[in-house]
Amino acid sequence: MRRMTWTAALAAGVTGALVLSGCGGGQGPGGTTAESSGTFTGEYDGPKVELSYWNGFTGGDGPFMQDLVDQFNKEHDNIAIKSNTIQWADFYQRVPAAVQAGQGPDVGVMHLDQLATHAARNIIIPLDDLAKQLDLTADDFTQDIWDAGIYHDKRYGIPLDVHSLAMYYNKDHFEKAGITEPPTDEASFMDALDKLKAAGYDSPFWMPSLWPSHLMFLSLMWQNGQPPYGEDGTEAAYDSDAGVQALEWQRSMVDQGYSKPNVAIDAQYVAFKNAQTSITWDGIWQINDLEASGLNYGIAPVPTIGDEQAFWANSHHFFISTQAAKDDNKLQASKVFIAWMSEHSADWAGSGMIPARESVRADAVKGMPQEVIADEIESMRFLPPVPGLGGVQAEALEPAVANGVLGKGDPADQLKAAASKANQLMERNRESFGD
Amino acid sequence: MATTVTAPRSETVSDDRRGGAPRRRDINSVGIAPWLFLAPYLVLFVAFVLGPIVYGLYISLHRYDFTLPNKPFVGLENYTDLFTPGSITFSSFWRAMRATGIFTVFSVPLLLVVPLVIALTMNKKFPGRNLFRAVFFAPYVLGVAVIAILWRYLLDSNIGLVNYYLGLLGLPDDTAWTTSTPAAWFALVGVTVWWTLGFNAVIYLAGLQDIPRELYEAAEMDGASRWQQFRHVTLPGLMPVLSFVTMTTIIASANMFGQSYLITKGAPGTETRTAIYQIAETGLRNYQMGSAAAMSYVLTLFLILLSLLVFWLFRDRQTPKKQKAGVPLQAAPMMLRQGRG
Repeated sequence: MRRMTWTAALAAGVTGALVLSGCGGGQGPGGTTAESSGTFTGEYDGPKVELSYWNGFTGGDGPFMQDLVDQFNKEHDNIAIKSNTIQWADFYQRVPAAVQAGQGPDVGVMHLDQLATHAARNIIIPLDDLAKQLDLTADDFTQDIWDAGIYHDKRYGIPLDVHSLAMYYNKDHFEKAGITEPPTDEASFMDALDKLKAAGYDSPFWMPSLWPSHLMFLSLMWQNGQPPYGEDGTEAAYDSDAGVQALEWQRSMVDQGYSKPNVAIDAQYVAFKNAQTSITWDGIWQINDLEASGLNYGIAPVPTIGDEQAFWANSHHFFISTQAAKDDNKLQASKVFIAWMSEHSADWAGSGMIPARESVRADAVKGMPQEVIADEIESMRFLPPVPGLGGVQAEALEPAVANGVLGKGDPADQLKAAASKANQLMERNRESFGD
Repeated sequence: MATTVTAPRSETVSDDRRGGAPRRRDINSVGIAPWLFLAPYLVLFVAFVLGPIVYGLYISLHRYDFTLPNKPFVGLENYTDLFTPGSITFSSFWRAMRATGIFTVFSVPLLLVVPLVIALTMNKKFPGRNLFRAVFFAPYVLGVAVIAILWRYLLDSNIGLVNYYLGLLGLPDDTAWTTSTPAAWFALVGVTVWWTLGFNAVIYLAGLQDIPRELYEAAEMDGASRWQQFRHVTLPGLMPVLSFVTMTTIIASANMFGQSYLITKGAPGTETRTAIYQIAETGLRNYQMGSAAAMSYVLTLFLILLSLLVFWLFRDRQTPKKQKAGVPLQAAPMMLRQGRG
């Protein structure tokens, strides 16, 4: 449930960031898989084609996206876009099978950390020529966002937005507790929790055992100076000191009475909306939902509990499937669609997202709730482009974090077992994907 | 009856109708007609049951990811992994099998007994009977997604209504129904019983209505108590239904997936992750379809053994019952008829 909300919300924001400098007659290298497709010219003047466009924007950004699609259809007589919106959890199970069967998307949107997986499965094609056409270069992005879209030296996604974990707080509670500024480090965070408790808010920071608990864990690991999968993304380091400290800190919120025990799926977020808890860490895709709830909330970057500021982030990217690559007309039309969406991304920058491009980011988020998060884009951390990593995390990391937060077993033991399992799975993935 | 048949074979047809045993010559001469009659089902059976069974076996012998061109043959590795401690699938698979076992052991008896009690009650005549029948059956028409999301919020340990009302009653209000065991098992079994008892109750009810009233009247005349009537008339009359219900309930429980997938998400950790849940995660999320297929076959083997056991149990009980209860049952209506005659 949460996943579909965040995906939807996220997608809307990034698109706005891309501004096309020019759209006519650019020449770029064709993708390797789709070499037969030729070069992208920026125009499509072939016969009328219908494109299947899949995305997971099931939340408040869904209508935004549909409006854009409608506008595109109106402006293009020979391209008809047919949208198919599926919640993300199902999206990633269906796309590979559907594309294999030729019944899937021609063009679509997926998360940055899924690009490598789908590239390795030969579901999506390289888009280096399109990136060049759109004048997308490394200078305009932070290094992590730019690099994470590349798998085996080829770019597979055209970035649409950036989204991250953030800290939400109840402004009314903060006022009553006499907290004037949102906490930024461990000392001020603990001080705020104590003040909230003193003001009568018994459990000011509910620690979730499931989603997004593992995102909190990953953020804390990065803060403690240890990338969760090492520098090169080959080995799970959950059981490093940084990881154990991260999970112990999460559990300590429960042990010290700042959180209720046994917080079940989504309960911390519902409790936050009901003003039963004062602080929660969740994705910025919840902004629209919180705005609609009428809660007097504030948003700030996740405080620096560890040594350096860092927090988990992800990004939505446009992709073109191998299915579309089989038909040159569809391929060209898909590229026109992505280029057009990038051009018109400013139209929906207001939906709460953070543009990926530096050149438009500041203007696009000015005065928006997410502005404070956008300011810290350098602290965003992305999972490495390792095929199959999403499944590895669901299988190994998430249960361990859940057990740690629930107080079942020693965090160090849990993480050791999880790391060993993750490494087994990653080893097998490497064999399967032939890395 | 055979008079309208003018074809040369009419004689044999009428012979059969008169009770003559079919001759071998007839069987040979019917040709493909029976196959044509069977064809619609046979096509579906081959395409959706037999084919997948064979194909699944093939998959289980490979490291199989349908999105990758390379699907190397690995022999029995996927199976031996399942029985090798420390392998990639061993601990998660057997933990999941244990979860399925726990769920089955606790849910099946309840799903056999509670619907029977309800069916017995619903079989009586009382005002509002149809309403109650509908009420008990109603949850069954809901999809698992609906009931799971409903109960996920009701059962939430911190914000759920269940704990809230327990608290109002002065009972412990901090039970973690969805994040700790054994509370999660109580929750999952309870929700499943609430959700599916209507189906079993309807089957029982149909079975109860098939038991001739005369048997009860006869038993009553013989001075049988309520319990004796239940024991010697109702239960034997329900035997065929009971064996059907037992079998389907066991299989349904062993295939439990949606409830733990949606209510507990396998929490705490992966403790309430059932075998089917694990198979889905392995095969559909991690694309280890070879491993997942092997797991399916091991689970199937368990279910086959369990089904044989159930068959054996019911057969074993039916025989003596026919001797004990069968005599009065068959004698009773005759006595009754004689009495009336």
